[in-house]
Amino acid sequence: MKNDLAEVIAANPQYVELKHKRTAYGWWLSLAGMVAYYGFILLVAFDKPFLAQRLGGGVMTVGMPLGVAVIVFTIAITWLYIRRANTEFDALTEKIVKGVLK
Amino acid sequence: MSRHDQSVTTLARIVAATTLASLGTAAFAAGADLGQTQKQATNWTAIAMFALFVLLTLGITKWAAARTKSAADFYTAGGGITGFQNGLAIAGDYMSAASFLGISGLVFANGFDGLIFSIGWLVGWPVITFLMAERLRNLGKFTFADVAGYRFEQTPIRVFAAAGSLVVVAFYMIAQMVGAGQLIKLLFGMDYLYAEILVGTIMMMYVLFGGMTATTWVQIIKACMLLGGATFMAFAVMLQFGFSPEAMFAKAVEVHDKKDAIMAPGALIKDPISAISVGMALMFGTAGLPHILMRFFTVPNAKEARKSVGWATTWIGYFYILTFIIGFGAITNLIPNPANYFVDGDVSKGLTGGGNMAAVHLAGAVGGNWFLGFISAVAFATILAVVAGLTLSGASAVSHDLYASVFRKGRVDQADELRVSKITTVILGIVAVVLGIAFEKENVAYMVMLAFVVAASANFPVLFMSVLWKDCTTRGAVVGGFVGLIVAVLTTIGSASVWEAVMHYPKGSAWFPYNSGAIFSIPAAFITIWLVSILDHSARARKDRAGYPPQEVRSETGIGAELAAAH
Repeated sequence: MKNDLAEVIAANPQYVELKHKRTAYGWWLSLAGMVAYYGFILLVAFDKPFLAQRLGGGVMTVGMPLGVAVIVFTIAITWLYIRRANTEFDALTEKIVKGVLK
Repeated sequence: MSRHDQSVTTLARIVAATTLASLGTAAFAAGADLGQTQKQATNWTAIAMFALFVLLTLGITKWAAARTKSAADFYTAGGGITGFQNGLAIAGDYMSAASFLGISGLVFANGFDGLIFSIGWLVGWPVITFLMAERLRNLGKFTFADVAGYRFEQTPIRVFAAAGSLVVVAFYMIAQMVGAGQLIKLLFGMDYLYAEILVGTIMMMYVLFGGMTATTWVQIIKACMLLGGATFMAFAVMLQFGFSPEAMFAKAVEVHDKKDAIMAPGALIKDPISAISVGMALMFGTAGLPHILMRFFTVPNAKEARKSVGWATTWIGYFYILTFIIGFGAITNLIPNPANYFVDGDVSKGLTGGGNMAAVHLAGAVGGNWFLGFISAVAFATILAVVAGLTLSGASAVSHDLYASVFRKGRVDQADELRVSKITTVILGIVAVVLGIAFEKENVAYMVMLAFVVAASANFPVLFMSVLWKDCTTRGAVVGGFVGLIVAVLTTIGSASVWEAVMHYPKGSAWFPYNSGAIFSIPAAFITIWLVSILDHSARARKDRAGYPPQEVRSETGIGAELAAAH
C-alpha cells in the first residue's frame, strides 16, 4: 500500500475509533477467557475439595458442570466477538474504505 | 467378536491412558501418544471402510487437481474456501486420532481429569480469534512468514520462520507417523511398515496433485465422519440413561474401581507450575502452528477468517464434550462385561489392546462390528489427513520462504516456485516415512508437546510482536524468535519426560523440574524481542519502524489485501 494513502487512513477519526474499539473488545474478551481457564486450573491445583463437593443428593460434583461451563463459555465468547466484528466493526471498516478510496 | 476374544500375552501394550495415571502431571505432556501396541487380528471390516475412504478422497484429489494450476491454488486453494468449510477443516487438523482415542481413554481411566485435559486444548482458540485471525488474513498470502515479515528484512525473518515451521512440522509429523503405525497394528492388524508406506504414499498424492484444495476437502470429510461417529456413540450412551447425566455418572461411580474419585480432579495435576506452563503452551501454541495458520489464507476475507475460527472452536468444543461422554460410556458399558473387553476377562489387567481402545471397544458395544470398523477407519483417516496438512505447510515453508524469498530474493516465477514445492512435498513424504520407521520403538509422547512449546515460544511471539508492536525490528524478532526456540527445545530435553523416559538417565536426574518449559520460554522470547528491538538503532530498524503505520492500516482494514489475494 502507498504510504500516503496509509497516512490519510491513519488520520481518519473513524479509523482511530475502529482500531480502539476492536482492540479493546478483543483484549477484554481475551482476558475473560484467560480468567475462566486459569481460574479453573488454579482451582484444580489448589482447591480440589471444592470441585469434589457434591451437588444435590446424587453423585454429581461441582467440578463437572463447571468444567463443561468453561468449554461452553470459550465457544460463547468466540461467537460474541465474531458477531460484533462481522456487523459493527465491518460496517465501520467499509465506511472508512469507501471514504478514502473515493 | 473375534477381536475381543483374542487372548493377550503381555501387558507391554497398555498404552498412554493407563500409563498416564501413574505419571501424574506428565500425563499432560504425554496425552497425544499411543505408545507401543501389539498387532491384532486382521480386521477386514475396518480395512474395507478405510479403502472406501481412500477411494473417495482420491476421487476428490482428481477433481481438485484439475483446479490446481497456480501457486495460489496449490498453497491456499485459490482463497475460495468458505468460513464454514474452513472451520471444519481447521477442526479436522486439530482433532487428531490421538486426541479422540487418548482423551476418551483418559476419561475411561480417570474420569474428570480427562475434562481438564480437553479444556486446555480448547482455550487457545478465542485468543486466535480476537487477536490474530483477521490480521493474518489481511496481511498474509501463503505462509505465516508473509505476515511476520511484512515490514522486515526478508532474508533473516524468512530463515527464522522456515526454521520455526519445519521444527514444529517435523516433531508433529513424527508423532503422527509413529501413531499411524501403532494404530494400524492395533485396529487393522496390519504391519507397521505397511502403515508407514501407506500413509506416506496416499498423503503425497493428496498434496502433490490436489494441493490445498484436496488437503482441505480430505480434512472436511474426515472431520464430518469423526464428528458423526462420535455423535452417534455419545447419543447411544445417553439413550441408555434416558439422557440423564446424573444416571450415567451414578452408574459409572458404581462400576469403576476408583468409585467417586472419577467425579473430581485426581492425580493429573500435582504441581501448579507445570499445569499453568502446559496451559500456556497449549493456549499460545495453537496460534503458532504453521499448518493451522496457513488455513487462514484459504478464505477470501477477514469476515470469513473470523467465521472459520468460530466454527472451528464450536466443533472442537463439541467434540471434546462428546469424547467425555464416550469415556464415561466406556466405563458403564465395558466394565460390567469384562469377558468381552478386558485382558483375560479381568478388569484389573486393562482393556484388550490397551487403554486407548476404550472408544473403539465402545463403538463395538453400541454399534456392532460394522460400526467398530467405521470408527477404526475414521481414526486412521484422521492421521492421514493431518499428515497431509503438515506436509503442505512444510513444503510451503521451503518453497515460498526459503527458495522463493531467500534463495531467489523474490525473483522467481510461479511455475518455478510450484515446481519446488512439489519436489519438497515428495522429499518430505519420504522423510516422514523414514522417520516414522526410525522412531517406531521410541517414546514419542513428548513430541506433540514439544511442537506446541516451540510454536508458542518461537512462532507466536514473533507473529504477535510484529503485528501488534510498532517498535519491533527485524533484529529483535529474529533474535527473540531463536531464543524462544532454543529455550523451548532445551527445557523440553531437560524435563523428566525426555531426560529420564527417553534418554534413560537415572530417575530424578532431570535438571528441568517442570513438564513444559513454556512458562519460561514464552516470556524469554517476548523479553528478548523487546530488549533487542529497543536497543536496535540500525538503519534497518528505522525502516522497520517506519513500515509499521502502513502495515497496521492494512491489518486493521484489509485495504490492499484483496489485491494480494487476487494474485
